[in-house]
Amino acid sequence: MIYLLLFWEFAKVGIFCVGGGYASMPLIQSSVVDTYHWLSLSEFVDIFTISQMTPGPIGINAATFAGMKIAGVLGAISATLGFVTPSFIICIFVARLYFKYGDIGIIRGILNGLRPAVVALICAAGMSFITLALWNEETLPEDLSNLDPIGILMLLITLIAVRCKVGVIRVLAGAGIGGLILGLVKTQM
Amino acid sequence: MDTQSLKKASDTPNFYWTLFKSTFLISAFTVGGGFVIIPLLRAKYVDEYGWLDDKETLNLVSIAQSMPGIVAVNSAIILGYRMAGVRGALTGVSATILPPLITLSIISCFYDAFAHNEYVRYALKGMQCGATALIISVALDLLKKQCKKKLLLPILIILGTFIANLFFDVNIMLLVVIDGIIGLILMREAKYN
Repeated sequence: MIYLLLFWEFAKVGIFCVGGGYASMPLIQSSVVDTYHWLSLSEFVDIFTISQMTPGPIGINAATFAGMKIAGVLGAISATLGFVTPSFIICIFVARLYFKYGDIGIIRGILNGLRPAVVALICAAGMSFITLALWNEETLPEDLSNLDPIGILMLLITLIAVRCKVGVIRVLAGAGIGGLILGLVKTQM
Repeated sequence: MDTQSLKKASDTPNFYWTLFKSTFLISAFTVGGGFVIIPLLRAKYVDEYGWLDDKETLNLVSIAQSMPGIVAVNSAIILGYRMAGVRGALTGVSATILPPLITLSIISCFYDAFAHNEYVRYALKGMQCGATALIISVALDLLKKQCKKKLLLPILIILGTFIANLFFDVNIMLLVVIDGIIGLILMREAKYN
C-alpha cells in the first residue's frame, strides 16, 4: 500500500528531523530520491524551491508536494500526517514531563548530539544540490569539465545575493527570471 | 510564574474556533517557515487573546524547537496542549498543516502541467541554483555557529557524519541514531547546549 508506505517513510522523517524545515530535506531526499526513486533529484530540488516560496512551514510544504507527486491528494495527506504524527506524540509527552519536572537532562544530551549531525546532513544535501546545479547530474560525473554555464553563473550570482541578505523570495524569483533569460540567450546562439 | 492570573484559555467563548481560525490564517499567509510563524503565534495567543503568559510561551517554544519535527508544527502542538490539552493540540496542529496541504496540492497540479515546458524548465533551472545558494548559505551559517563554540566533540560528529553519508552511503537514520547515542552518553553537560 503506497499510502501506508508514504505515511511510514514520512513518520521516520518526522522522528529523525531535528532542527526545523531545512533539517528535514536530507531525510526526505534519502527516502524519496535515493531509496525508493519516487522522484528524481531534479524534481526534488524543484519541490524544495517551491516549498521555499509558498506560505507555510517548509517541511510540511515539501511533504505535501512530494506525497502529491507520488500518489495524488491521498498521498499528500498520508505524507503530511505521517510527518506530524511523531511530533504530536513526542511533543505532548515531553510537554507533560516538562510541566511535571521542568528541564530534562537526558533529552538535552540526545539533542546535543543530534544538532551537529543535522549540520553535517545539510552540508551533504548541499553537495548533491551543487552537483545538480553545475553538472545537471545526480552524482559527480566522470568528466568534470562538462559544466553547465547557466548553472555556474546563476549559482554565483544567487550565492552573492543570499550572502548579502537579499530575501528568499526575491532571490528565487530573480533566479527564475535570470534562468529564463540565460536559457533564451543560449537557444538563440 | 503566576498562571492563576491568566484567564483560562478554554473558557473563552468559541475557543476552539478562534484558535483554529487564527492559527489557520497565520499558517496560510506566512512565507518563510517556523522562525517567522512563531512570533506571529506568540503575538496572537499572548498579546491579543491573553491565553498564555510571555515567559511560559518562550519556554514552551524553546522545547518545541529542540524536539524532532517542524518547529512551527511543534509550537502549535505544545502551545495548544498548554491551553486546552490534547484537543487544543489537535486544533493547533490541524490549523497549521491544512493551509500548506491545500496550497501545495493545487500548486503541484500546475507543476505537472508546466514542468516539461522548455521556458518553465529554464526558469526552474535558475531557481534550482537559487535554492542551492540558499542551502549552501544555511550550511555555512550552521557550521560557523558550531565552530564558534570551540568544542571538539560536535566538530568530530560533523566530520564523521558528513564523510560517512557522502562517501560511504551510510543510511541517514542510522547516523542520526548513532549521533543521538553519542550525545546521550558524552554530551549532557550544559556547555554543549
